[in-house]
Amino acid sequence: MSLLSIQSIDARHGLLRAVNDVSFDCDQGDILALVGANGAGKTTLLRTIAGVHAPHSGRIVFDGVDVTGLRAAARVHLGIAMVPEGRRLFGSMTVEDNLRVAAIRARPGSWNLDTVLDAFPQLKPKLRSPAGQLSGGQQQAASIARALMTNPRVLLLDEISLGLSPIAVDQVYQSLQALVATGTTILLVEQDLGRALKFSRRVMCMLEGSIPLQGNTGEVTREQILDTYFGLGRETVH
Amino acid sequence: MQILNQIIQGLLLGGYYAMLASGLSFLFGVMRIVNLAHGSLAVLAAYLILVIVQHVTSNVVLAVALAIPPMVLVGWLFNRVILQPSMRGGFLVPILATFGLSIVIDNLLFLRFGADTQSLAPNIGMLSYSSWNVVGNLYVSQLDALTFVTALVLLGGLQLVLSRTGIGRAIRATAEDAEAIDLIGIDSRAVYTAATAISLVLITVAGAFMAMRATFTPYAGATQLIFAFETVVIGGEGSLWGTLLGGIVLGVAQSLGAQINPIGFLIAGHAVFLVILVLKVYRGHFRNLRLRAIIPTRSSGATA
Repeated sequence: MSLLSIQSIDARHGLLRAVNDVSFDCDQGDILALVGANGAGKTTLLRTIAGVHAPHSGRIVFDGVDVTGLRAAARVHLGIAMVPEGRRLFGSMTVEDNLRVAAIRARPGSWNLDTVLDAFPQLKPKLRSPAGQLSGGQQQAASIARALMTNPRVLLLDEISLGLSPIAVDQVYQSLQALVATGTTILLVEQDLGRALKFSRRVMCMLEGSIPLQGNTGEVTREQILDTYFGLGRETVH
Repeated sequence: MQILNQIIQGLLLGGYYAMLASGLSFLFGVMRIVNLAHGSLAVLAAYLILVIVQHVTSNVVLAVALAIPPMVLVGWLFNRVILQPSMRGGFLVPILATFGLSIVIDNLLFLRFGADTQSLAPNIGMLSYSSWNVVGNLYVSQLDALTFVTALVLLGGLQLVLSRTGIGRAIRATAEDAEAIDLIGIDSRAVYTAATAISLVLITVAGAFMAMRATFTPYAGATQLIFAFETVVIGGEGSLWGTLLGGIVLGVAQSLGAQINPIGFLIAGHAVFLVILVLKVYRGHFRNLRLRAIIPTRSSGATA
């Protein structure tokens, strides 16, 4: 039984069908990259899995439990956490308060303030600083650290490199290696195709709400992905 | 000396206004809702305390303590039945819904208690009229001083809760981004309910002091709402210590206005409120104009 099963999910924004009959499974420790052009439906799919966007139809099953009707907070208690696009930190609160507030209803697990700061050492000197005053890279690190404080089993990362300098992106991905070592399942939405392929073990390419191409990163070629990305090919690799 | 006396009386009156407005300011800060039932809820609390004093205990402090749990329950219902469903309808719907609730509360109180004026002043003995002679002709009412100190304790306690406790952090975080708090496992609806309950505790204490300081009728809520609203606008929406400052400014303005003319009590308060409101509106307007001139319509570029 897979840890996370997405079954024929259809999600809409009004009349616009943003996610169209998407199905896939994730196992424990999987690292999946979700790539695609702007407007392909990646963020909507992630938000639907996280529980902040209600699906029009379909099911989301997590560890054997149908979570489709659960609110986002309840899904976090089961182990699904999300790092939203734009970081969404509580800007007027200190970094420490951002992390501590995430621990209030956290699942039991190995992530706590100390272990999170070990994984993201760049946050240590900034603990007392308002989160809104951090640099983009530090904010992204704080946003991921905040999600980790909930001790997730599946972590959804939405556009974590967006708006960051290459050095800051390197630092963030370096810190994510500590997360990979814990066996946490990661579903990553990433515009940077090179990084997505390098970091993940499986890749899924979205186009107009569907996933016409998916496969292991070693099996899917960059050309296939780019063709799908731009709507030039609809080949499916398993 | 007379002016100094008026300023001190106004400052102490400001403590009452700050207490009265703290629940309104707090709820606006967390939920971005202007609760037009605020004054009516304070009057409801005053009647509840009056009933407890008449039928359960003559000790007003104990009566206030006994009134808090049912008022928290009212807050829970208010949040779940009116505020949260109406919030989904946009900015205007909660305003209309709370306005409607205020009418319902006022008329239910009228139905139950009639139009007779009521007061808790007879139940607090000498406290209702005792004062300290500070120096010369300068007197400080003991009830006014107690009101001011209670306001300080309430605001300070709330500040401590917000800055030092888990629920306080959750409330501050929810006030900034309700969806983000859901994404870290805290149900924003539960936080909103807790915030409304806290607001109702503040309203209950304010209702008690309103009833001790003066008389009240079922329709006294509208006046209380106006004073609370003016305090919040003067002090800054959602700011606790700003609420205290707003209350003091309003209280001092009213007190000095009364020195000029008996009707000046109200006029001076409203005038200060209007001046500050206009200044805020124009400051915001000019700031927006400056920002539009400085900031390009679309910014781009990487940040480290």
